[in-house]
Amino acid sequence: MVSAAFTTEQDSNLWRIAVSGAWTLEAGLNRVDMELRHFADKIMGQKLEIDLSGLESLDTAGAMALQRTMRSCSIRDEIAAEPLFGFAGVSDRHAKLLAEARNHLLPCDIEIAEQGAFIQMLERLGRGAGAILHDTLSILAFVGEVMAGMWRIVRDPKRFRVTPTIHHMEEAGLNSTMIVGLMSFLIGAVVAFMGIKVLRQFGAEIFTVEMIGITVLREFGVLLTAILIAGRSGSAFTASIGSMKLREEIDAMKAMGIDPLEALVIPRTIAMVTMMPVLAFIAAMLGLIGGALVAWTAAGISPNLFMARTQDVIVLQNFFVGIVKAPFFAFFISIIGCYQGMSVEASAEELGRRTTMSVVQSLFVVIFLDALFAIFFLELGI
Amino acid sequence: MSAVTQIDEDVIEIRGLVTGFGDVLIHDDLDLSVKRGEVLGVVGGSGTGKSVLLKTIIGLIRPRAGSIKIFGQNALSLNETEQRLLDRRYGVLFQDGALFSSMTVAQNIMAPLREHLDISDALASEIAAMKITMSGLSLDAGTKYPSELSGGMRKRAGLARALAMDPEIVFLDEPTAGLDPIGAARFDDLILSLKDSLGLTVFMVTHDLDSLNRITDRVAVLADKKVSAIGPLEAVRNASHPWIHEYFSGVRGRAALASTVQQSGERPLMA
Repeated sequence: MVSAAFTTEQDSNLWRIAVSGAWTLEAGLNRVDMELRHFADKIMGQKLEIDLSGLESLDTAGAMALQRTMRSCSIRDEIAAEPLFGFAGVSDRHAKLLAEARNHLLPCDIEIAEQGAFIQMLERLGRGAGAILHDTLSILAFVGEVMAGMWRIVRDPKRFRVTPTIHHMEEAGLNSTMIVGLMSFLIGAVVAFMGIKVLRQFGAEIFTVEMIGITVLREFGVLLTAILIAGRSGSAFTASIGSMKLREEIDAMKAMGIDPLEALVIPRTIAMVTMMPVLAFIAAMLGLIGGALVAWTAAGISPNLFMARTQDVIVLQNFFVGIVKAPFFAFFISIIGCYQGMSVEASAEELGRRTTMSVVQSLFVVIFLDALFAIFFLELGI
Repeated sequence: MSAVTQIDEDVIEIRGLVTGFGDVLIHDDLDLSVKRGEVLGVVGGSGTGKSVLLKTIIGLIRPRAGSIKIFGQNALSLNETEQRLLDRRYGVLFQDGALFSSMTVAQNIMAPLREHLDISDALASEIAAMKITMSGLSLDAGTKYPSELSGGMRKRAGLARALAMDPEIVFLDEPTAGLDPIGAARFDDLILSLKDSLGLTVFMVTHDLDSLNRITDRVAVLADKKVSAIGPLEAVRNASHPWIHEYFSGVRGRAALASTVQQSGERPLMA
């Protein structure tokens, strides 16, 4: 294949281009195209003839480049009449392609029009603020809908769907126990190590017990459980409901008179709200065990002593302060997961985006709620 | 039906093809040839492996046995470079367009160009603009994302992308499925006119009796894990196989064949 090339000559007021080689993308049309553009700029508006007798092969891009050159040079009226105007030596097999290219030399939007950087920044800021407001209001509205749905179930308990609820209790609760327990055990151990290291300087290693007890029971147990569940089950809720939305399953449900809130959201929420305290309890206990093990091996605090001190000093209060937060966290993780799933529209790409958003928002809400609880208990003096 | 003179050359030659999943055998000792410049329609009941055949030819599914020759090359024993070169010579329109959802239509069309060739942005966008208008999309479609397009427009955009590299063969997987009759007829016209002007060979899996009737030069019927009949539509419809008989002689088959049997010659470029 001979690569594309052309020569030019001027004959009084008529320019002539003699084309040779293969005018295809494969044969290096790109290089010739640049030269052709420069040439076309130079002779714009003048008369032009293109001689194709030396042309070996032609593809659509080559035909387009030739027609574009012809159009930019010759006088428009003459061009409009005849697709092969100005071409000489056109072989039969190239004529059709060349004529076809003539028909499609239309200016077409390729790049999305972009504004200046500052305007874009302002626009993004505005859109972001609007989205936060919109999301907050929609999630609140969704909370209201779910509450109303639950009230309908309370008044008419037959509508409660037991099987899916149990299924989600297993899925989001039982199947998470291993990972939640292991993580909490390790966190308890880490807290114990840190406590021993710092408190040893004051000769107050024994207070490690209080430190483990308070941190694990009051904060870490439930908070880490919530974070793990938000990442594990909240995102799964978004993904499963979102893909149902994409496959129009939700629309099908509505058309059949099944309330998707009742069938999908409420079972998940109830399962989550009942299972999270259980998980938080397991987390707290395993955290204590992890801490006690480290206290025993690293600081020589015997399990008996650890237990006795825990019972003495760590009043039940701390445990309840921790565990009471679990259902609230669970409720919002589930609500946000389901809300984001229900908001998926149109594309699979959005499903991914919504899943990410579900996790980010639930984590934010969990930590925000935790801060509110901390202030609340502080004011109460617990 | 076609204005292009057909050179009697097999661009695709399949011999003794066996494919299957697990215990299920999809094709058993299947033979099929596609000639240069023709439109071959592949029909068959659901589950007879039409799409599997298409995917096997383009190398997405590996057959258990048999040979596939494309442009005389054995497609099953190519090294990476040969495979890449071969990939450029055909384009595929998947059922729902299979456009990349994170890119605009224009970017979708430019994707194979940028991947395979070192070309300037100006030339790439001109080529994209040309393919967009050639496939009958509106001029503002280039900046749209696939999710903003209707089903018919997505197919056109998919076809535009399949044509980006000026392929010699295009594979169409149910190009008219899900289109309204007017949209489907226009898509048929589009395929015919592009085939004419670009000299394409078209391998088309379809269920659409109208488009079989209007644009195919030959029809291959898949049944009993083989090509049980192949030839011009007139010949195939009289084959004795019970499925073929039912397919073409059912109510819909008769209606489709009766309505447009006298179609010939050039059609307007874009209806």
